[in-house]
Amino acid sequence: MAEPRKQVLELLVNNHPGVMVHVAGLFARRAFNLEGIWCGPLADGGRSRMLLLLAERRPLEQVIRQLEKLQDVVSVKAWPDAREELFQVPGWGAG
Amino acid sequence: MKANGAEIVTTLLERQGIGVVAGIPGGANLPLYDALGRSRIRHVLARHEQGAGFIAQGMARATGRAGVCLGTSGPGATNLLTAIADARLDSIPLVAITGQVPSALIGTDAFQEVDTYGLTAPITKHNYLVRRASELLSTLPEAFEIAESGRPGPVVIDIPKDVLAQEVELEAWPEMRRRTDPPEPHPAQVAALARAIDGAERPVLYVGGGVIASEASDVLRRLAHRNSIPVTTTLPGLGAIAADDVLSLGMLGMHGARYTNRVLDEADLLIALGARFDDRATGKLSEFCEHARIAHVDIDPSEIDKLKPTNLRLVADVGATLRALLPQVAPRRRRRWNGRVVELRRQYPMVDPPVEGRFQPRPLIEQLARLADPDCIVATDVGQHQMWVAQYFPFRRPRSLLTSGGLGTMGFGLPAAIGAALAKPHQRVICVTGDGSLLMNLQELATLAELELPVTVILMNNGHLGLVRQQQELFYGARYHATRFERSPDFVTIAEGFGVRGVPLGRAAHPEDALAEALRRAGPTLVDVPIPPLENVLPMVPPGASNRTMIDREACHG
Repeated sequence: MAEPRKQVLELLVNNHPGVMVHVAGLFARRAFNLEGIWCGPLADGGRSRMLLLLAERRPLEQVIRQLEKLQDVVSVKAWPDAREELFQVPGWGAG
Repeated sequence: MKANGAEIVTTLLERQGIGVVAGIPGGANLPLYDALGRSRIRHVLARHEQGAGFIAQGMARATGRAGVCLGTSGPGATNLLTAIADARLDSIPLVAITGQVPSALIGTDAFQEVDTYGLTAPITKHNYLVRRASELLSTLPEAFEIAESGRPGPVVIDIPKDVLAQEVELEAWPEMRRRTDPPEPHPAQVAALARAIDGAERPVLYVGGGVIASEASDVLRRLAHRNSIPVTTTLPGLGAIAADDVLSLGMLGMHGARYTNRVLDEADLLIALGARFDDRATGKLSEFCEHARIAHVDIDPSEIDKLKPTNLRLVADVGATLRALLPQVAPRRRRRWNGRVVELRRQYPMVDPPVEGRFQPRPLIEQLARLADPDCIVATDVGQHQMWVAQYFPFRRPRSLLTSGGLGTMGFGLPAAIGAALAKPHQRVICVTGDGSLLMNLQELATLAELELPVTVILMNNGHLGLVRQQQELFYGARYHATRFERSPDFVTIAEGFGVRGVPLGRAAHPEDALAEALRRAGPTLVDVPIPPLENVLPMVPPGASNRTMIDREACHG
């Protein structure tokens, strides 16, 4: 089996308190390895951008399709490069 | 005009065309019940919220439209969970409306507070915690649209008590929303599927509950006959094609007929229609239809390639797909392939259980089918009786079998039968159940008695958790534990105590006449049938094994 590969998914989501429950719950339920979450509201306040850092052996198509089924997920995009450094907080000794 | 949150809910339910809801009131949803009492909606008082959930499911499964159930906060909501999860796994449209503690108390461990939103997120298609009464104007219509559109499923709307009481000034009621038009099949993919069928020598149609949800039975039958393709169905797919149709192979999988699984083993093209390659259907996946190309039509893109890699995929409504496909498929007889099917049927017949002795399952189900009104709806519970019904009751119409397939919920049958009888007042509903299952929602006999619905409960009473006992016999060296009821209640006395007529078939001088009468009689009846306690459902594929390795009676006793 292939080594786990770092990958980043970029999500556009509706900005309300429940959306994190749905997204995080999906990864836990389908046993996908979620290593980092970055999330912030967009200027209009109604939407948020979410970046998910994954370390997975399996292809991501299945989980992308599952994410797309969530009502509060507007779009899902896989980044060509993981750019892990975005998830490292200076001074926290991560990475 | 002015309306409070509760009045918005009841008005929108009315406008949605909801005539009946099932539920139980409690502290947090009292404002809703106050409005409900002043509405045109008929409320069915269940005796447990799980009963309310399955009554709503019974209405939904019998009609295809979303069923509605109500519960209060805390235990009201947790009691609904099983029925909601069950609707999720079988793709049943359901709208569950729960009361919640007042907004100011959320997060304080208030009396009857539970995180309904968090609990229902993994088992719903979508869920809401409503924060302002004005939100209900969009939430309610959207909930019905989500529940009924695409692949149907359950939606939960959790409403704090103060939001139900909050007054809103509004100008007009919002438009109602129903299912949105499903995606059209892609013409190139339809053409590719037609070519695949044309090029196949040994195709099989593998039909799931999606065909029933999309009301595609007629076009399925026309397609199958036009090109002479044998059809097998999953448990939720039973009724999509008539059991006595010459092309019907019956149910596949763990308790399917041996020839059905053999035919699939020889197929060179498997056309999966609204089916999801569930383990009970496929057995060991790597050996399922090993020689076949796989074409998969499903409205849910995440089902494609989930378990089995496909050669041809089509994300669309299955009915629309089959209608587009039909004229592109050439008429064909397929004498050789259908001849082979006949041969396999002869070589690997459904192994007959012994028919001597009273109330053997197979003759009992066959007798039931002979005596029952052809228009009847059969609701089952979960266990051996469910599999015997699936094997031997000749379902001919979609939505004539209501059964918990995915979650396998014991306790489903009685409340689902009540729901079906409410939705289809002119049809007889037969609830085939077991003694283990019936006890799990027994309290709904009180609801049934109160409603005086034409439901006949056929209790296949073997004093065991039969399907579990069977697994202990076959796979755990007959080391039985906790599967025999040391003491069983007298179900006839119990039924009579609830106000439901009880018929002890074991004591009837003419059991057939007594059964026939119970199926004709107005109002509810429970027929207690003492079936042999140690019968097995056969054949059977051991869990995790290939569908080629079916245990039959000889292997069982050999």
